[in-house]
Amino acid sequence: MIASFFQWLNDTQGLNFSVFYDAFDRSRFLTGLWTTTYICVVSIIASMALGLIGVWLAGGSSRLGRLVVRVYVQFFRNTPPLVQLSFFYFAVASLLPTVSDGFGGQSPLVSGTGWAIIAFSLFAGAFNVEIFRAGIEAVPSTTVEAAESLGYTRLQLYLHVVLPLAFRICLPALNNNLINLVKTTTLAYAIGVPELLYAASQIWSEVFNVREMMNVLLVTYVGLVAVLVWIMGRWERSMRIPGYST
Amino acid sequence: MRSGSTDLPVLKPFRAPAPIAPSGFAAPVMLSSGTLAVFVILFGASLALAQVAARPAGEGAVTVLLRWAPLIFQGFLFNILISFLSMALGTVVGVLVGIAQVSLLAPVRKTAWGVTQFFRNAPWLVLLFYAMFLLPFEFRMFGITIAFPAWVKAVIGLALPVAANVSEILRGGIKSIPAGQWESADALAFTRAQTLWMIILPQAFKRMLPPWMNLYAILTMATTLISVVGIQDALSVTRAALIAESRPELMIPMYLLLLLMFFAYCYPIARATLALERRFNVKA
Amino acid sequence: MASRHQLGEPVVVVEGVEKSFGSFSVLRDVSLTVRRGETVCIIGPSGSGKSTLLRCINGLVPISKGSIKLAGREVNDAKLDKLALRRDVGIVFQQYNLFPHKTALQNVMMAPIHVLKQDKAEVEERARKLLAKVGLSQKLATYPGELSGGQQQRVAIARSLAMNPKVMLFDEVTAALDPETKKEVLVTIQDLAAEGMTCILVTHEMGFAREVADHVYFTDGGVIVEHGSPAEVFGNPREERTKGFLDKVL
Repeated sequence: MIASFFQWLNDTQGLNFSVFYDAFDRSRFLTGLWTTTYICVVSIIASMALGLIGVWLAGGSSRLGRLVVRVYVQFFRNTPPLVQLSFFYFAVASLLPTVSDGFGGQSPLVSGTGWAIIAFSLFAGAFNVEIFRAGIEAVPSTTVEAAESLGYTRLQLYLHVVLPLAFRICLPALNNNLINLVKTTTLAYAIGVPELLYAASQIWSEVFNVREMMNVLLVTYVGLVAVLVWIMGRWERSMRIPGYST
Repeated sequence: MRSGSTDLPVLKPFRAPAPIAPSGFAAPVMLSSGTLAVFVILFGASLALAQVAARPAGEGAVTVLLRWAPLIFQGFLFNILISFLSMALGTVVGVLVGIAQVSLLAPVRKTAWGVTQFFRNAPWLVLLFYAMFLLPFEFRMFGITIAFPAWVKAVIGLALPVAANVSEILRGGIKSIPAGQWESADALAFTRAQTLWMIILPQAFKRMLPPWMNLYAILTMATTLISVVGIQDALSVTRAALIAESRPELMIPMYLLLLLMFFAYCYPIARATLALERRFNVKA
Repeated sequence: MASRHQLGEPVVVVEGVEKSFGSFSVLRDVSLTVRRGETVCIIGPSGSGKSTLLRCINGLVPISKGSIKLAGREVNDAKLDKLALRRDVGIVFQQYNLFPHKTALQNVMMAPIHVLKQDKAEVEERARKLLAKVGLSQKLATYPGELSGGQQQRVAIARSLAMNPKVMLFDEVTAALDPETKKEVLVTIQDLAAEGMTCILVTHEMGFAREVADHVYFTDGGVIVEHGSPAEVFGNPREERTKGFLDKVL
């Protein structure tokens, strides 16, 4: 029914939303959507892990660890993500060996999608370090003192008191950063990863429906972000403590 | 019995960071010029390696790099120019939309809010494509033809998300001023426009400046996106140079050089933003 | 010394303690002894080092010179097992410092489970009794943010008691409370002292100190100016500084 409506729209109005009636275009578009989602999910998880490792090192006793985190954070925050991605995909990849692809040819060790995930995780992870650090700093020193007085070790203190509170404090900022990450995944287009923007551009260059595809694309991305906002909002609500506002 | 909210300290939202973190945990990731030094060392090391790795017959890596560096730098200056123009356009539009967001007229307020949210949540690259493909290459009005070359479209494309973010910064800044300021201005018979321009905005300004500067840094880094839509910028020059030379060992120093240029420009802005934030004691 | 109950062996022995933050000297040659079952009140103007002294006793703040012995153990020893020390000393703070993400019952149960590794069911039973004792049986599942200041402070007392400490330190625990809720907290402390718990209180509640204390210390400018029974210190102070302070606050 939907397909026939868009077929009619194309035939009579000249508005060609081919993704809604053409099976091939639709599958290309959905594959792109899947790739984008995949990159997003893996990068979100990896970037949060990086953020936690970073904040742990930054608060540790190792001077080298602190320096590494500082350089990492400043580098990824103050250089263009697109150049970072190019740096990984072109320059770093050139140093890595290739592997046999099983068909008598050679293929790179890490695929374009792989590099996109690595670059975006590092990019978003740098912001997460700062976000987590701010959250931990915002836990009142008096609450920490109370836990120390009860005999908590540093690890117990972190697990049971500091992190549960810090996490609630930094959720809004984390939220923003993860939304930003979803938007950043479009950069993978530049290295030919078949994500949503790339799939859309293939469709519009073959079907010549730039205007329609553009709008579909914008709405899809805003929809993706809305889904993430909804999930994070639910999460935030489920973690809300009565009588306590962050 | 729920006692609702009280003014007891434990209930207050955790805003001000604790002055001293005990047992040294969460030592702040401080901004320091040491970071820049590390990059310069990394860059130097990669260059030295490339120099060593260079084929005996070929030119030295440093020679090649010096040949291209001025061109890449010219490209970089173009990125900066685009960032100025987009920031100017985006700020003007964003301020107007932002003020519309606090309008007393519900339809105006809601439309401005919707537009802001939409353009804030759309990826920059998609908006850039949007502007590149859907804006006409020239614009006729009252018999005058205004040409829209690619770079002008790029400026507009980048200004869209900037405007949305400026609009949100403005709304946040205005909302951060206590309602008592509006009420007392009202009591003194100021009009709403007078209140906004003479009382609210001057106070909100210092809260809006750090996030605005932060936005500018983000925009500057985003200007490299124009290379994706076929405009010659620092990134496209770098890629062209690498293709022309076809010397794989130059890839890392060349890209590091480009990253360094942006870092040298954006890092001081980040420091200044942080310094202002601390001085005004506000969060971006 | 007007003792209300049998006093045992010394539990806290502070000798010649000095503490300075940078060049700023907070405690100078402070000595005091607290016996088992004794209730000691430390009074004095703000900034006289009273709170710092309490924090030194449970090892939150390291001392610069001197010795603090707690149940025979030297607190200032780098090799000291901090956990063992903190099991023996409970502290209640002015700002309650409850864990805002846990209910009243969970706040009381957390440390025995996490730190002492005690059995959860046993801990819960004890926690319920303790909260009943401080009059909060109805608030077990309530979060700190929903409790009044006095209620939060009583949860904090129960939380410290759950560790079965030998000594309880109270750091101006009623200073942030309004007059009505102050009383409920003071009564809780009074009951505790009457049961024979060793208590050291830093307080501005002179009437309360006079009533419950076995021994009162008056500190000013980081030194102990004078000490004695409440009747001596409040009724017949020897030092001019004590007189001046008491004239101002009483």
